[in-house]
Amino acid sequence: MELNNSKIKIKAKNLNVYYGKKQALFDINLDINQKEVTALIGPSGCGKSTFIRCINRMNDVIDICKVEGSVEIDGAEINEKNVDVVTLREKVGMVFQKPNPFPKSIYDNIAYGPIIHGAAENKDQMDNIVETSLKKAALWDEVKDRLNEPGTSLSGGQQQRLCIARALSVNPEVILMDEPCSALDPIATAKIEELIDDLKKSYTIVIVTHSMAQAVRVSQKTGFFHLGKIIEVDSTDKIFKNPANKMTQDYITGRFG
Amino acid sequence: MTKEQRLKKRYRAEKRFKMYGLISVSLAVIFVLILVQNIFSKGSSAFSRTMIEVAVNYDSSLLELEGPINQNSLKDADFYDLAVESLLKIYPAKDSKEERQILRLFSPDYEFEIKDFLIKNPNKIDQIVPVKITASDDIDQLNKGNFPRDLPEDRRRVSNYQLNIYDNLIEKEKIDKKFNNYLFTKGDSRDPELAGIGGSLMGSFFTIIICLILSFPIAIMASIYLEEFAPKNKITDFIEININNLAAVPSIVYGLLGLGILLSVMEFPRSTPLVAGITLSLMTLPRIIIPCRASLKAVPPSIREAALSVGASKFQTVFHHVVPLAMPGTLSGTIIGLAQALGETAPLILIGMVAFVVDIPSSPVDPSASLPVQVYLWSEQAERGFVEKTSATIMMLLGFLIVMNFIAVYLRQKFEKKWN
Repeated sequence: MELNNSKIKIKAKNLNVYYGKKQALFDINLDINQKEVTALIGPSGCGKSTFIRCINRMNDVIDICKVEGSVEIDGAEINEKNVDVVTLREKVGMVFQKPNPFPKSIYDNIAYGPIIHGAAENKDQMDNIVETSLKKAALWDEVKDRLNEPGTSLSGGQQQRLCIARALSVNPEVILMDEPCSALDPIATAKIEELIDDLKKSYTIVIVTHSMAQAVRVSQKTGFFHLGKIIEVDSTDKIFKNPANKMTQDYITGRFG
Repeated sequence: MTKEQRLKKRYRAEKRFKMYGLISVSLAVIFVLILVQNIFSKGSSAFSRTMIEVAVNYDSSLLELEGPINQNSLKDADFYDLAVESLLKIYPAKDSKEERQILRLFSPDYEFEIKDFLIKNPNKIDQIVPVKITASDDIDQLNKGNFPRDLPEDRRRVSNYQLNIYDNLIEKEKIDKKFNNYLFTKGDSRDPELAGIGGSLMGSFFTIIICLILSFPIAIMASIYLEEFAPKNKITDFIEININNLAAVPSIVYGLLGLGILLSVMEFPRSTPLVAGITLSLMTLPRIIIPCRASLKAVPPSIREAALSVGASKFQTVFHHVVPLAMPGTLSGTIIGLAQALGETAPLILIGMVAFVVDIPSSPVDPSASLPVQVYLWSEQAERGFVEKTSATIMMLLGFLIVMNFIAVYLRQKFEKKWN
C-alpha cells in the first residue's frame, strides 16, 4: 500500500469540537485518501463519531456543539458560514448506526434525495436512479418485486443496505458510516462489508467501527482515537501488525477499551 | 417469619392491591352509568311530542280574504278566528273561562300550524279536515306520564275540566305522539313544547368553525416554529413556560378578556358566535400547542438525521418528514382541544351568549346561544318540559363530544406510522 501516492480527499486541520464546556476533540489532524476505506477505531466516547459528523457538518443540528479548526474537501474549506450545507451533504452522504429508513415505501426512500435535488426529469429517470442505487447497494434482487412496500418492513440488514442505497442515490463522493453494522447479525454484517469493499472503487469511505476485525477486513487506512485525540494514523496493515504507539497496541490486543 | 410466611404475605398484598384497583374502576364505571342512565331516562321523552287531532273547518268566510285564494293570499291571512272556532268544538264549554282552558290544551302556535297545513294543502279550503296540532307543555307532560294526577286541583297546572277533555280525547284516540322535529329545527322559546336546540346547534357550529379556523393554523405554526426552528434560549424558555401556564388559566378569565377587549374596546357584536369563537380560540390555542409540540417531539431524531444526511434543508426535513409523521397526534390534539371548547360555558356567559335568542342564526355575526349555554339556560326554567329538553341537549352535547373524541382516537391509530 503506497499511501503517499493516493490523492487526499479530506483534510482535517487542528480540529477542535466542544459540546458546551466539554471538549470532545483535541487538535485533530487527519488526511483521508480518495477512493479508499478509512477506518476509525477507539473506545466508546473517544470522538470518532463526532469527527465524522464534522465532515458533513451534521454537528450543526446540535445546539450546544461548537466546531473550531478546518476541514477541507478537495482543498475547499467546509467550516465556513457561506458554505451551503445542503450542497455539502449532497456530496458527503452518511449511514447511521441504527438503520433509519423513512416510514415510506422502499421506492420513496431512495427517490427522496433525487427529488429534492431535482436529479430526475421524469419517472423513467427516477426509476433508473432507484434501480441503480439499489443495485449498487446489492439490494435490488431482494426488493425489486416489492418496491411499494414500506422500507421499515425489511430486515435489519436489508434496512441498512436500503440506507446505503439512499445515501448513494444523490451521487455522493464521500460516504460516512457510523458503526453501520453494530445493530446487525454476522451474516448481514458480512454482506455490508462486501458491499463496502465494492463501493470503495467509486467512493471515498470513512467508517467508524468497534470491531477490529472489521477494520482489518474493509479498510486500507486506520486511525486510532482515544479521549478525543488521534493517537496514531497509518495503513491498516501497519496499525494492526506493527503499531508505533504503545496505546494502540494495547487497544488492538484487547488490553483496554 | 419463615420464608413461606413471607411468600404468603407477599401474595396477599398483591391480591389486596388488585382488589383496590378493581373497586375503584367499578366505582367509576357505576357513577358514569348512573349519570348516563339519569340523563337518558329524563331526556329520551324529549324526542317525542304529543299531538291532538282536531277537525278543522277551513271556512274561507272566516279568513276575510279579498280577491282570489292562493298561497300568497293565505300567507297574509289571519287564521285566528278560524282556528279558535275549530278548536273549541272538541269539547262543550259552558263559559269563556272553560273556552280559555280548552285553548290552553294546545301550544300557542296552533294558529300557525293550522295555517301551515292549509298553505301546504290549498285544495282543502272550505272542507273539514283532521289536523294534528301540537299539544301544550302541560298536556304533553301529562301524556308522557310525568304529571301527577292525584294532587288536589289547586296544586295542579291542569284543571279537572282539562283532565276530562284529555280523557275524552284519549278515548276517541285523538291523542298521538310523534317524533319531535321541533327539538332540532326550532330556536329557543318560552314554551317548552316549541323550544328547540336548532339555534344553539347552529351557534355552536359557527363557534367551533371560527375557533378551528383561528386556532388550528396558529397553533400548528407556533408549535412547529417553537419545536423545530426557534433557538433554545431564555426567551423561548419563557414562552414555553407561559404556554403551559395559559393552558391552566380558568376559562372564565378568557371570557373576561373577550368581554373587556372584543366587546368593549373593539365593539364586536355581542353574544355572537364570532366573539365566542375568538374567545374560545384564545383558550384553545395553548391546549392545542402542547399536544402538537409533544407529537413533533415524538418523531425520532433518526428520521431528521436521515433527511438531513441526503441533503434536505432544515425546512424540507421538517415539512417533508417531521410534520407528516406528527400529523396524527397533531390532529387528535386539535380535535380534543376543540371538543373542550365545544363544552365550554363560562366564557360564553360573560360575552353575552346567555341572551334569550329565538331566531336561528344564519351567520356567525347573528346573536345566538350555544349547546352548553342552552343547557344552562333551560336548567333554570321552572316548566317541567324544560327538564327533558335539558337532558336531551346534554345527550346531544355528549354525543358530539364522544364522536369527536372517537375521531381523534381513530386518526391517531389509523395514521400513526411505525418506525424503529
